[in-house]
Amino acid sequence: MVNGGFSKKDISIREVIDQNRKTQHIKRKIEKGIPVALFLVASVSIITTIGIIFTLLSETVEFFKRVPIADFFTGTVLKPLSQNPEFGVLPLLTGTIISSLIAMLVAAPIGLMAAIYLSEYASTRVRKVLKPMLELLAGIPTIVYGFFAFTFVTPVLKNLIPSLESTNILSPGIVMGVMIIPMIASLSEDAMSSVPQSMREGALGLGSTKLEVTRKVVIPAALSGIIASFVLGISRAIGETMIVTIASGSTKNFTFDVTQSMQTMTAYIVEVTGGDAPAGSTVYYSLYAVAMTLFAFTLLMNLLARYVSKKFREEY
Amino acid sequence: MQLSNQAPMMKRMKFRIRANKFAKFLFMLSAFFGLGVLAVLFYQVFSQGFQFINWQFLTGKLSTQPERAGIMGAILGTFWLMLVVAPVTMFLGVGTAIFLEMYAKKGRLVGLIQTNIANLAGVPSIVYGILGLTVFVRLLDLGSVVLAGGLTMSLLILPIVIVASQEAIRAIPSQMSEGSYGLGATKWQTIQRIILPAALPGILTGAILSLSRAIGETAPLVVIGIPALLIPFPGGILDRFTVLPMQIYYWTLDSSLVAEYANLASATIIVLLITLFMLNSSAIIIRNKFQKNY
Repeated sequence: MVNGGFSKKDISIREVIDQNRKTQHIKRKIEKGIPVALFLVASVSIITTIGIIFTLLSETVEFFKRVPIADFFTGTVLKPLSQNPEFGVLPLLTGTIISSLIAMLVAAPIGLMAAIYLSEYASTRVRKVLKPMLELLAGIPTIVYGFFAFTFVTPVLKNLIPSLESTNILSPGIVMGVMIIPMIASLSEDAMSSVPQSMREGALGLGSTKLEVTRKVVIPAALSGIIASFVLGISRAIGETMIVTIASGSTKNFTFDVTQSMQTMTAYIVEVTGGDAPAGSTVYYSLYAVAMTLFAFTLLMNLLARYVSKKFREEY
Repeated sequence: MQLSNQAPMMKRMKFRIRANKFAKFLFMLSAFFGLGVLAVLFYQVFSQGFQFINWQFLTGKLSTQPERAGIMGAILGTFWLMLVVAPVTMFLGVGTAIFLEMYAKKGRLVGLIQTNIANLAGVPSIVYGILGLTVFVRLLDLGSVVLAGGLTMSLLILPIVIVASQEAIRAIPSQMSEGSYGLGATKWQTIQRIILPAALPGILTGAILSLSRAIGETAPLVVIGIPALLIPFPGGILDRFTVLPMQIYYWTLDSSLVAEYANLASATIIVLLITLFMLNSSAIIIRNKFQKNY
């Protein structure tokens, strides 16, 4: 601004100063206003949380006025659309837990072993190629995995298990596991890479093989991070929607037979909203009760993961 | 002095070395397992769907007859959705990041917002769908239109954009802003002219990656209520719409009745994957080309 002033002959220094004062007045206002505006922007994330909890909670309360809370959590029959509707959440809970368990049976060992390979065995060059490839796996939309489970994995499994139904909980569970592998691998690898090199070298110097170093030094030291990654994996599996919706169908079975179709909490939400349940009906409110249960589960898992990784972290 | 008996020791050593080799093989197999599945998935989808991608499929309308169906409506819907999501998340995400990194005093408030963002990132996408259904579709009475879907998606990917922007801002050395202050610049001037330009590549990379997440996301839109019916091409943000993943969803469900729909779903998956691949590549190019390491 001062430069501009000098180049023009007929403006005196005095006028330049006056001009600067004027703009400074506006500037000062901007400087004061910006933080306030940005604070409002930042509060959107808080409002989102409040919005989620408020909508879920208020409609859930309405639901429990119609269906006793004990019936909801202990009922083994879910028949929302029948003449005498019953709203037991246990079929959905078992569906959710079983599919997540299957996913973790796939993802936990493979993800952890992949992490060990990346962190302990692979050369820098291999790691540089392999890690982005694994991230690619994490970037595939879940609907694509759902399609894959339904049109490829289920028919393949049917060859091995003839009694498998065309919609079943086993196939989406396995595919969900594949989806979670990169997440567990990457988080566990982070935990293992942060174990100081000197600890490894100490054990190697005493004559250990790499496997022994991994088992007796690296994994115990990184255990909190590894467990946290497992817990986050479970949380991800519980909240996963499209894979189970497509490949496990909407039969509200209360069973432990993985070859059968089961519905998860997420799939129930999809079914009810897709079916255009009239607002105000009990079915409509059951949506929120199930969503609230789902939300509580995942929140608990996420808090647990953070607690584990903080509380039991070994500091070096 | 008697030396220790070497024979059993050698035997034991052989076993330990062999165990190590075997374990290494097993670990390597695990690391490549995911890639193997990825290869099978790609092969399956491309071999089934590639032959169905032609001009008519890309530009045609939805149809009840599989051989005449096209996905132009879904492509346009995805486009309009991103036109809402991109500016909204950029504004909210970058604004929040600037507030947290530049203005807020480190204390309880920042801690609260930070924890809140971390928790939001872990909320299942379908719960966002319910929030969108309740607030945008029903309470604000927008209906199942692009704007409602876009706002829901924006909230869903907001945590990712915030964290990426925060990291980009934090990576700028303090000397740069100190220099700016030293020359008499105000805080906002420094943010505008020094911080944001320097952080832009990082912010853009994060934003593009989160957009690609939004493009592939299905669950919240199912909940909001995207119709399986034939609807006219969307022409604005207040029109009803469908998107690529929704089309894949409906066609996959229908494939148990009419097998041809599985081919359409595969073809749509190819279009979706290519879109995502191009987006992600552009993010990586931006990161490698413009990101400076201070």
